[in-house]
Amino acid sequence: MELFTNQILAGIATGAIYACMALAVVMIYQAIDHLNFAQGEMAMFSTFISWQLMQWGVPYWAAFVLTLALSFAAGIAIERLLFKPLAKAPILTNVAGFIALYAIINSFAGLIWDFTIKQYPTPFGSSPFLGSQLISTHQAGMIGITLLLLLMLYFFFQFTRVGLAMRAAASLPESARLVGINTSWMIALGWGMAAAIGSIAGMMIAPVVFLEPNMMLGVLIYGFAAAVLGGLTSPFGAVIGGFLVGIFENLAGTYIPGVGNELKLPIALALIITVLVVKPAGLFGRHIVKRV
Amino acid sequence: MTMLLNVKDLRAYYGQVQALHGLDFQLNEGSLTTLLGANGAGKTTTLRAICNMVRSTGAIEFDGASLASRSTENIVRLGIAHVPQGRGTFTTMTVEENLQLGAITRADKAGIVSDIERMYEHFPVLKQRHTQQAGTLSGGEQQMLAVARALMLRPRLMLLDEPSFGLAPLIVRDLFAILGKINREDKVTILVVEQNAQLALELADKAYVIETGRIVMAGPAKEIATNEDVRKSYLGY
Amino acid sequence: MSAVEDVATEAPAVEAVPKRAMTLGAGTSLVVLALLFLVPAFAKNFIVFQMTMLLIYGLAVLALNILTGGSGQFSLGQSAFYAIGAYTSAILMEQYNVNYALTLPVAGVICFGAGFLFGQPALRLSGVYLALATFALATAMPQLLKLNFFEKWTGGVQGLVVTKPDAPFGLHLSQDVWLYYFTLVVVVAIYIFSVNLLRSRSGRAFMAIRDNEIAASAMGIDVALYKTLAFGVSAGITGVAGGLGAIAVQFVAPDSYTIQLAISLFLGMVVGGVGWLPGSIVGSAFIIFVPNIAEGISKGLSGAVFGVLLFLVIFLVPHGARQVAVVCQQALGKLRGL
Repeated sequence: MELFTNQILAGIATGAIYACMALAVVMIYQAIDHLNFAQGEMAMFSTFISWQLMQWGVPYWAAFVLTLALSFAAGIAIERLLFKPLAKAPILTNVAGFIALYAIINSFAGLIWDFTIKQYPTPFGSSPFLGSQLISTHQAGMIGITLLLLLMLYFFFQFTRVGLAMRAAASLPESARLVGINTSWMIALGWGMAAAIGSIAGMMIAPVVFLEPNMMLGVLIYGFAAAVLGGLTSPFGAVIGGFLVGIFENLAGTYIPGVGNELKLPIALALIITVLVVKPAGLFGRHIVKRV
Repeated sequence: MTMLLNVKDLRAYYGQVQALHGLDFQLNEGSLTTLLGANGAGKTTTLRAICNMVRSTGAIEFDGASLASRSTENIVRLGIAHVPQGRGTFTTMTVEENLQLGAITRADKAGIVSDIERMYEHFPVLKQRHTQQAGTLSGGEQQMLAVARALMLRPRLMLLDEPSFGLAPLIVRDLFAILGKINREDKVTILVVEQNAQLALELADKAYVIETGRIVMAGPAKEIATNEDVRKSYLGY
Repeated sequence: MSAVEDVATEAPAVEAVPKRAMTLGAGTSLVVLALLFLVPAFAKNFIVFQMTMLLIYGLAVLALNILTGGSGQFSLGQSAFYAIGAYTSAILMEQYNVNYALTLPVAGVICFGAGFLFGQPALRLSGVYLALATFALATAMPQLLKLNFFEKWTGGVQGLVVTKPDAPFGLHLSQDVWLYYFTLVVVVAIYIFSVNLLRSRSGRAFMAIRDNEIAASAMGIDVALYKTLAFGVSAGITGVAGGLGAIAVQFVAPDSYTIQLAISLFLGMVVGGVGWLPGSIVGSAFIIFVPNIAEGISKGLSGAVFGVLLFLVIFLVPHGARQVAVVCQQALGKLRGL
């Protein structure tokens, strides 16, 4: 029983990583109605930028904020330059675009910073949290930041005019235009915010998985899975989904025989898909009624 | 009387199919005009063309400014509010949020707040339901919400696409009464597209009749209402 | 957590290719076929081998085209079926001494079954959810192949070596050239089958489901049956491609069939033109040759160059090679009209 509780707690700790990534995923999904495969790479690149800034002597929190701003700008720039031209193209062509972006970013990161693993600092220290062996102060800090992000997103969407406009543009783009909202810029804004949130996820995750160009692949998949599990339209669901995925992953690794590290990912995905088959809109997603 | 909207030789296309074949009409400021026609005649297409929601050629001038090559949202910002077919309410947002969205392009916070109050005076049922999700309102209530949302823009021109659709006759009567009031008191120019010809002709000053993408009749509403052909084709007697 | 449901009147995620545009005209097809037939006369063995791989990947992209372009189901898991087909052929050839040609129908049938089975739970998923499910399948496959439990058949992490067949009847053809013609015959046969499938009642059912599932169901189409059928057929063809691939490469190993392959096949489909069967070979050419070109341009940034080239292609022709074909057709039409 104690092993079980410990695994749950450990799962929540690792789940914070996925929750953070899932928030970025949901952010982009509500803007473009699709998953962006390059998001993990964007987060990774942002994390490298922050690392580089720190190498040049910039203190942690200054680098953090600067990276946040740069990521926001970069997200908007990428959308305006690369995906606005594809707005009228079929969705599958856009997906090919995401894959192309993935290849470009991954390649550049490898060239600029090479593939050796680097240490990445955490502002929270890594001593045991409140004496627990399972959650370090960093992981607690990560959970805290994720929850703070969630709260800020909630306030943004519910209580600001821009947030309201973004919700409208995502909900009914044509009606949004009819009240004067520039839906095209709302998409750009969505990309910017997703890039910024992704950069936070990257900077939180790097101390745990170590900084290298391929660090985000597994995280991104779990982030997708978490977002889908939580319901792609719900930031709250994304966070819960993240924690649940972390727990699934840990329990699968502990209790299912023969499941080494390699099979954890497919098993976790299989579990999520089972949930989806039962609840197609995810745990907290809005149920979509399809009309002919 | 100044001319607010001037439409010349408007042709509109859905892909390769031409839906409008050269429309000409004008709206004077402060007027209430109705565009009548059967299903598929091109009424909705006309409104959509004004707001650049469909590919079109021809000249559309609003208060002297050309609307060509402006995006829909920029046309709206010029002061044209469009209540689309099916109302276009943001069903997952509250009534109050829908009203706020109507004013999203305005910067005067105090003005917006007072306008919302005025909407609640025009439409008391909206005040009752102001924290409810818009999708839970009845058809008639959603239509009122759509009109109220359009008014939040403080538009100079309001386009309405079949506001009576799916509504009980008594509710339509109330709605049209409110439209008349808005036109007279708030000086909003109105263009109403309708299949329900009788009420529309009672409400409007001027009427156009459109058939397969062409205007076939134009004149004061009272004259059109007594016209024999119109009575047979559109009024059913 | 709202009481109000979102009503989605979705445009189909996969756009329809008009039926008459689904293939090349008879004349063009014959020209292409003749060119393919003559390749070994002018090319060295290595080029012939690459052309064989071109045909094989083209077949796999074709399978995906039937699934996505035909029935509108989004799959990132084709590499799993390719792997099953490859291993089936390899195991039958190396451990049971079955003739290589006979392994292909077996691979096809087994993969058809696998696809049909996978299609069942996939029925309730669509769009991004289906993509995720197929993605899970693709990531699981290499791991499953490495499992100790299967090692005595699969050869574990090392994989299996496959013997390349000689030309039959003592024909004076090199192994590569024989295999090329063998592959060409198989691919052409399956291509003709696929074209006819999409023109048949089943094909129309697929496309009805792709365009509007609810309407199709209301019309009496057994949506569940046709969706799983599409998965089955697509998987079966991919399995045959996998079998051919195993014979051509003379080797099967778990890490040859990763999610990278599934993504490449997806890109091949997009570049060729979704739902346009002849485009499969263009897509296949893209995924085989462009990475090499990219590496030639810049070894350190080969991924970036590939990405840039991919972007160029999708900016210029968002609808893939089909778009180019349509433009050519229109230009030819204008010339004839002069």
